[in-house]
Amino acid sequence: MRYGTVDVLRGVTFHANRGEVLALLGPNGAGKTTTIEILEGFRMRSAGEVSVLGTDPAAGDEAWRARIGVVLQSWRDHSKWRVRELLQHLGTYYEPYGKPWNVDQLVAAVGLTEHAHKKASQLSGGQRRRLDVAIGIVGRPELLFLDEPTAGFDPHARREFHDLVHRLSDLDDTTILLTTHDLDEAEKLADRILVLAGGTIIADGSADALSRRMATEAEVRWSRDGDLFVHSTSDATGFVRQLFAQYGQEIADLEVRRASLEDTYLALVRDFEAGDQEAAARSFEKRNR
Amino acid sequence: MNPTAAAIRAGIRRGRIELRQTFTNFQDLWGYLFPAVALLVVMTLMRGSTIPGTEFSRGTMTLPSVLGVSVAFSSLVNLAQILTIEREDGTLLRAKAVPGGMLGYLVGKIVMISGTALINVAIVLVPGVFLFAGLDLGDVGAWLTLLWVLVLGLVATMPLGAIVGSLFPNARNLGAVMLPIMGLVAISGIFYPITGFPEWLQWIAQVFPIYWLGLGMRSALLPDGMQAVEISESWRHWETAGVLGVWAVIGLVVAPMVLRRMARRESGSSVAARREKALQRIA
Repeated sequence: MRYGTVDVLRGVTFHANRGEVLALLGPNGAGKTTTIEILEGFRMRSAGEVSVLGTDPAAGDEAWRARIGVVLQSWRDHSKWRVRELLQHLGTYYEPYGKPWNVDQLVAAVGLTEHAHKKASQLSGGQRRRLDVAIGIVGRPELLFLDEPTAGFDPHARREFHDLVHRLSDLDDTTILLTTHDLDEAEKLADRILVLAGGTIIADGSADALSRRMATEAEVRWSRDGDLFVHSTSDATGFVRQLFAQYGQEIADLEVRRASLEDTYLALVRDFEAGDQEAAARSFEKRNR
Repeated sequence: MNPTAAAIRAGIRRGRIELRQTFTNFQDLWGYLFPAVALLVVMTLMRGSTIPGTEFSRGTMTLPSVLGVSVAFSSLVNLAQILTIEREDGTLLRAKAVPGGMLGYLVGKIVMISGTALINVAIVLVPGVFLFAGLDLGDVGAWLTLLWVLVLGLVATMPLGAIVGSLFPNARNLGAVMLPIMGLVAISGIFYPITGFPEWLQWIAQVFPIYWLGLGMRSALLPDGMQAVEISESWRHWETAGVLGVWAVIGLVVAPMVLRRMARRESGSSVAARREKALQRIA
């Protein structure tokens, strides 16, 4: 993908399996939104091959569109429409292609039953976001795109949203591709995590696989005689075994913390950017030689 | 069900829902009623003066002309405004994300704009019938002429509204089109017979649909004797149909191309970028 003369995406290669939840992570400007918009068919790519549900999104027709759900970041569109009225109306567009959600069930699924007769402009930020999700899934899509779905959610709304995503992927076998800045969320929701940095996929795997690949160190905390100790090690099990062998009963408050996805992610991006800078420095030297 | 038919049907429903929303909303209602009341007051003040060379009231002559302008405004200006606003707020992008959504959106807009034009005409015409003497509404012919001028006028001006709405980046820039349109209204013989203007100005006015909409409405509602103050002392129905028809054909050829090009560029990030800009303006 190219803007002017700058390639913003290169070597973005991945595959999503049916019913899988994929999280696309990456720093701002990494190309997450561009990637997702190419897949949604809202943006033309300059090169490469893309197949979404067996069709090139650049040539996707209305029947293809009906199999895809897009959760958009809303602002103030349809502000005069009432929640139920809007979902009912948008559902009718999917009728020739399949069976859209029953509007009352859908309203209940996103937790808006009490607000079903409110105008969209009267909803709070979190409620409005849930309406966006409802609009995205009203046609029972096989594939759902979520661009930062929980930005601005309170913890409760976030938990409910996570339950909804689980339900969609488990019960309806919906394939989901989401972007997020919330690493906890990615870890909770995603079967697989893709890390996008500098327009390239630099990691692809489950949260576990990523942290194993990075061989990040675990943190061991314990106390002995009232003093607190912290030690970082890549072999937590071996270290703890040794600790007990040495001090036995004196050890208390033992706590082993595996590197979180956040640590792994930050390490990945840092390594990548360091590599990038080295490469940039090398080409700079070459040019100046 | 055939997907295209389903989208068109959804669009008609959409237009009806939006009509209901706009006429149950205080702000929008005010937007329709205020100009109507203002125009009725202006025309009432003109009741006393007569068209030069006749005994006919200027107020009565202005009423049908104003109906013509009102049709042009409802379809051209309103549609352009709605398109730019709904592109900015993401309504259009939502339509794009739904199968058949763009077709439904467009049909919905046609229904909604036609409905508002009809109501805009009614809220001036109905009180006007009681306020102004000399309107010739007795026979079926008058109503038939009113109908075909109204329909053809909508078909001629709505695509222009779609083109303008697609080309302007946001609703705030639309002022740039309002000025020339107001100028056209001034020279199109709406408030004063066009034959009173210099001939070159008459030619300019006759290129654009506003003059013909006004003329068509006058031909429907005024007694035939009033042809005397028109160009070539005739209602010129063939010419009216011809010029409006040409605008309709041009519009219907160009508008889909412009609309398609505009819609193709819509994406989540383009809406987000406009939102950022708009929020900066507020802050």
